[in-house]
Amino acid sequence: MIEIVDLHKSFGKNHVLRGANLKVEKGESMVVIGGSGSGKSVLIKHIIGTLKPDSGTVLIEGADIAKLSENELYETRKRFGMLFQMAALFDSMRVWENVAFALMRHGKLKETEAKVIASEKLKMVGLTGVEDLMPAELSGGMKKRVGLARAIAHSPEILLYDEPTTGLDPIMADAINDLIIEMKKKLSVTSVAITHDMHSAYKIADRIAMLYEGKIIAVGAPDEIKNSDNEIVKQFITGSVTGPIKIEGVTT
Amino acid sequence: MANILVRSVECIGYAVTLSGRYFLTFTEELGRVMMLLLSTFKQLILPPFEMKNTFKQIIEVGIKSLPVVLITAVFTGMVLALQSYTGFKRFNAEAMVGTVVALSLTRELGPVLTGLIVAGRAGAAIAAELGTMRVTEQIDALETLATNPVKYLIVPRFIAGTIVLPSLTVIADIIGIIGGFMVTVYVLGASPALYWRRTWNYLETTDIYNGLIKACFFGAAIAIISCYKGFYTQGGAEGVGKATTGAVVLSSMTILISDYFLSAWLFK
Repeated sequence: MIEIVDLHKSFGKNHVLRGANLKVEKGESMVVIGGSGSGKSVLIKHIIGTLKPDSGTVLIEGADIAKLSENELYETRKRFGMLFQMAALFDSMRVWENVAFALMRHGKLKETEAKVIASEKLKMVGLTGVEDLMPAELSGGMKKRVGLARAIAHSPEILLYDEPTTGLDPIMADAINDLIIEMKKKLSVTSVAITHDMHSAYKIADRIAMLYEGKIIAVGAPDEIKNSDNEIVKQFITGSVTGPIKIEGVTT
Repeated sequence: MANILVRSVECIGYAVTLSGRYFLTFTEELGRVMMLLLSTFKQLILPPFEMKNTFKQIIEVGIKSLPVVLITAVFTGMVLALQSYTGFKRFNAEAMVGTVVALSLTRELGPVLTGLIVAGRAGAAIAAELGTMRVTEQIDALETLATNPVKYLIVPRFIAGTIVLPSLTVIADIIGIIGGFMVTVYVLGASPALYWRRTWNYLETTDIYNGLIKACFFGAAIAIISCYKGFYTQGGAEGVGKATTGAVVLSSMTILISDYFLSAWLFK
């Protein structure tokens, strides 16, 4: 479904991705873990084509996303839904308008019809009675739920999650984890999540991939990752300060 | 001695490097504005058209700027009349006040002052809004929802700027001339008939529509510069602040500098 081959990307002198390879099967839930600044967000932005690779390819069902024309790229994006780290709700629009955005724009639905569907999607993520609120009136957890409702509103085949649990309290974070699992079951989507929350990764992943120094250094089922011999993986999943991973700006 | 020489060469070298860097940044920025302008034109002619958004922006940029424009115009007209009356009296030319007010406003002050006000009000608002959307990933969210952000965000603001500024200028011209009339007639006690005669005698239609051509250009420039600054914002809240200031400064400078060249070209 999604295949990343030898992906390189630099920003100025900062060589972020240095030959990343990753394959995500249809219907699979892949979680990419890695430290802050390891290039996880850059990786996910290449999957949806908002960044173009310096070299290497990103294939979505065999089609190279960097070689698509502008129209084809926007058509391909209709198959995606993405949940952003800070939800990225449009703050000038009401909650239901956020959720129904793609439906009204691409589905050409009337406002009343779109609002009904928006309410259904909001109910799916456990929200009722918030349709007419503005995003600024919502709590962090509610914003994430609305963001998720917006991401699934147009029934996408691929869902991307950018740090879905970051910035939430542990209970709210787990509720989001449950939602992600539920989405997978109900919608049978392929999903890619990036996170550094290991609890979340173990819970939602079919397979986990670790990104380190711009490369995927290990891929495997959660149990395989848990029992990995790789020193870097071990250090990361146990959250230890000592080990091969050096913390930027800190000398030990 | 040799030391001083080395130092001087170093200083010159530093100055050259610095000005070179400024020049590079300037040309790079100009190039990126032009690229954005090109893609704006491309999205402008391709359907679907963003009617609802454009209308919203016309209200945002136009109607909401109207009160400030009116106040500026009426007082500019009034002070023009006051200053030229007392000044011209020295060589018995106070009868020409109507002409001075009308020509100054339509050819120059109407478009330029309206442009500067819109740059300060709407330009700052555009840059701050798009900048916030950029740093909170709302622009990325638009892309993931298969919506071209240039079409959705920039085209409506560009159209609004280009339409609204000449419209506001027409109103500013009229209100300014009325302000001048009130001061000349009711404060300085001149004849109302003479004021109107002097206004219409020397005012040509080219004065008005060349002023409006300038206003169109200023409106387009404010919109594209402010959109550019906001759209490419980097670095959180501080970045939004910088983008907003940058939008107002660059728009105002563009208005003042291009005004000279447009005037030289239009009013030959």
